[in-house]
Amino acid sequence: MSRSAIVVSEIDVAALIGEIRSASFGAVSSFIGTVRDVSDGRRVTAIEYSAYSAMAESELQRIVDEAEKRFGVSALVVEHRTGLLELGDVSVAIVAAHEHRSPALECTKFVIEEIKKRVPIWKMEHYEDGMREWVDPTRSKHTSPA
Amino acid sequence: MSTVTVQLFASYAELLGASSIELSLAPGSTVSELVRKIRLLPGASLLPTTPRVAVNRAFASSDQRIDPSDEVALIPPVAGG
Repeated sequence: MSRSAIVVSEIDVAALIGEIRSASFGAVSSFIGTVRDVSDGRRVTAIEYSAYSAMAESELQRIVDEAEKRFGVSALVVEHRTGLLELGDVSVAIVAAHEHRSPALECTKFVIEEIKKRVPIWKMEHYEDGMREWVDPTRSKHTSPA
Repeated sequence: MSTVTVQLFASYAELLGASSIELSLAPGSTVSELVRKIRLLPGASLLPTTPRVAVNRAFASSDQRIDPSDEVALIPPVAGG
C-alpha cells in the first residue's frame, strides 16, 4: 500500500489522501511542501527542481521502507515533483495513515526531514531581478545569471 | 588503468561545465582517490574538499573501492522539499 515517486506533473494531494484512506485508520497525516515567494529576503518568482532521478527514486523508497518499520505505518505515499514550479505549486507531498495520530504525525515529519538530508534533488531559485541561484543549505549560494 | 564515468548534477555540473566526466583510475582505487583526481580538473577548485559521492545509487564512504562497472555520481548538497 505504500509507494513513492519522483513526478514531473502536478501533484494531486486529494488523490494521494484518497489512495490511502481506509475505515481501518483513525488518522491521516499529510505534509505538503509548496513554492514560497520569498527566500532570504529576495523575491522568488519560480523554483526549478532537478534530480538524479534513478537514485532519488531508490533513496525515497528506502526512506519509505524505514518509516514503515519505524512507525508501524502500512499506508504511506510520497511524491516529489521536478521541473519548473510556479509560486504556490506543490513540490512534495507526504501522506501517512495509521490507526492512531502520533505514528502518522511522526511519520510525515521523519520522511520530510530525511528527504532534506538524503534524496538527490536540487533546486534553483529564480528571482524577480532575473538572477538565479542554486539553493545550498550547507554554505553560501552559487550564483549564475539568468 | 580503467575508465570510470562520473555523473555530475546541478551546481557541480555547472562548475565543471559537463553533465559527466571520464576518469582513468588504477584498479582498486577508492572514492577519496577519485575525488582527488576530480579536484585537479578545470573549475573543480570550488568543489568542497570532500563532496558526497554515490556508487550504484547509494552514498559511498571515502574508502569504498570503485569498480569500472559501477555507476558513480558526485552529489551536490541536496535541497529537496
